[in-house]
Amino acid sequence: MNALLETTALTRHFPLRLPGGLFGRPGLLRAVDGVSFALPAGKTLGLVGESGCGKSTTARLVLGLMAPTSGAVRFEGEPVPARRGPAWRALRRRMQMVYQDPMSALDRRLPVVTQVAEPLLVFGQGSAPERLERARDLMASVGLTPHLFERYPHELSGGQRQRVVLARALILQPSLLVCDEPISALDVSIQAQVINLLHDVQARFGVAFLFISHDLKVVRQVSDEVAVMYLGRIVEQGGPDDLFHRPAHPYTQALVSAIPSPWRRDGMRRIVLEGDPPSPTDVPDGCAFHPRCAQAMAVCRERRPELAQIGGGRRAACHLLTPVAADTTQATPC
Amino acid sequence: MTARLLDAAHARAQGSEGVVPTGEAVVPRGEAVAARTASLLARAQPLVSIQGLKVAFDDGRRLVPVLHGIDLQIDRGETVGIVGESGCGKSVTWLAVLGLLGTRAKVEGRVLLEGRPIHDLSGDALAPIRGKRIAMIFQDPVSSLNPVQRIGRQLIESISLHRGLGAQAARAQAVRLLDRVHIPSAANRLDAYPHELSGGMNQRVMIAMALAGEPDMLVADEPTTALDATIQAQILDLLREIRRDSGMALALISHDLGVIAEICDRVTVMYAGRMVEQAPAHQLFDRPRHPYTRGLLAAMPDHIGPRRPLVAIAGSVPEPGRLPAGCSFAPRCTAVEPDCSVATPRAVSVGTNHQVACLRARDA
Repeated sequence: MNALLETTALTRHFPLRLPGGLFGRPGLLRAVDGVSFALPAGKTLGLVGESGCGKSTTARLVLGLMAPTSGAVRFEGEPVPARRGPAWRALRRRMQMVYQDPMSALDRRLPVVTQVAEPLLVFGQGSAPERLERARDLMASVGLTPHLFERYPHELSGGQRQRVVLARALILQPSLLVCDEPISALDVSIQAQVINLLHDVQARFGVAFLFISHDLKVVRQVSDEVAVMYLGRIVEQGGPDDLFHRPAHPYTQALVSAIPSPWRRDGMRRIVLEGDPPSPTDVPDGCAFHPRCAQAMAVCRERRPELAQIGGGRRAACHLLTPVAADTTQATPC
Repeated sequence: MTARLLDAAHARAQGSEGVVPTGEAVVPRGEAVAARTASLLARAQPLVSIQGLKVAFDDGRRLVPVLHGIDLQIDRGETVGIVGESGCGKSVTWLAVLGLLGTRAKVEGRVLLEGRPIHDLSGDALAPIRGKRIAMIFQDPVSSLNPVQRIGRQLIESISLHRGLGAQAARAQAVRLLDRVHIPSAANRLDAYPHELSGGMNQRVMIAMALAGEPDMLVADEPTTALDATIQAQILDLLREIRRDSGMALALISHDLGVIAEICDRVTVMYAGRMVEQAPAHQLFDRPRHPYTRGLLAAMPDHIGPRRPLVAIAGSVPEPGRLPAGCSFAPRCTAVEPDCSVATPRAVSVGTNHQVACLRARDA
């Protein structure tokens, strides 16, 4: 498989002190605990899960902003260096990040057009007039009108700011955009504008998205493939329509049934999980989901299920599901 | 049918300027019938009635109007959803009702609680109503709780305030309340600090505190917005259960139409400080009439059925104080016509309990 971005058994643990004793006791926070996925060029992989499931840490690992404890990230066929240096900087030109809050991602004291042109300056591309020219072109193509170019971030609306951030991320012509909750801070009517813009941008520039969100409806709307994370691991992965209409893993089932919708029909069963997700400093043995799972069996407490093909291009990590024999290159151990 | 009765009762209550006595014990024989009618009226009139509520904020130079005359009635035990985007005034409405807006806000209009006006009460006179009759919970439970006090102490404080119980009885009541909101091992949790509990647990504590005064109505301002999907489902379940058991009315403020659809009987849609549509929940979602409501529903992705392209509403919400002339939504509306920017449309009835403030409402 020729993937633009590939992670293999990506792991990041944070040592920390937990309460207890005079100086606390040592603990280990397993933020990301063996995540493998592949993202083809020009496609969108949606990463969903609740807070603390490790989706944002995965984003930081992918971009090389943080070194993994173990495992590897390959981008355009090359390993992403864990240390910042010339090689990392050259790679970072090809992969960019879009954050949740555009206001804090922008400099309040610079006109937005200067900020969109800035990455070109950083990488020493073109002369000053050329850089501004390219910035203006790109800003126009993400739907910003010329009278907004010289404004400051506080003079723009939330949706316009997010367009500025997108233009800035796109100006170096990256092949991957990592979007961490890019529309969660926006109003409902503006969210749709930005979702449609992301579709446009992908069609026009052929850029791939790693799209991270807690909002399952948005993830289904934008993704070609969806991976559901729970406590640092992918528990289920598949095509968006298939995964949401026929969730296989009990956690995905609960997650999907919890989505509030005005179009929900009375016949649809709702599964309300008990309790909170466990802390990533104290991941249960066996399947991490078993204390909240209504269908947990003895084996779930003892042995951790591996992510395996369950047919129809779906992968899931659950003892209830029977893996199907798949060709070995696809079945990436997780 | 019931609605029309209520309206009639309400109109009469208004006429008598809200002097309807409730629970009068000794009644002269000749007036028994009148008194019975009066107590029936008290029961039949809306629990809370907001009439022509206007709010403007003084920004130092001028008054910026943010609410332009809100009319809303909530009956006993009813769940009303108030939906709209940020800045539409959905929270300000309820902060104004409870007198929580501070000195920079200029509030006009009438608010009646069981027919008795409460809009002209000053801070101290409102105190017995806040929390005791109408309680409110907010989006972020952690910033509503005192971080350096154990939750038991905070809970007991509101119990002794509203119920006047002694220390022992208040503590026992606190445990019962935590039990009621399904916090496991409630007695032990009284000694926990807010940071030791998760977001969902803290919101349960807030709900328990709101229940301490056994209010007639709970105003929940985005109660699940800061929570994860599975925890949101738990909290919505809890609110539904409490409402069923206690018969408390609930005003749920949210930007999420999905959350509103989960538990509301009736929905009010707000835009730029005005109500644009009001209808029973299922009717609003199946047959929205205002172009803004239609726009919101078309702009919302969903997980049910096939994926469809989203239809975004062009432009953005106007700033308060810089509203366009006529209908505030006109510049973004796809069905706009020249007369839309002449006058602000008044709410018209388009069906049973269904009102729309749009000039085109009757055409559709």
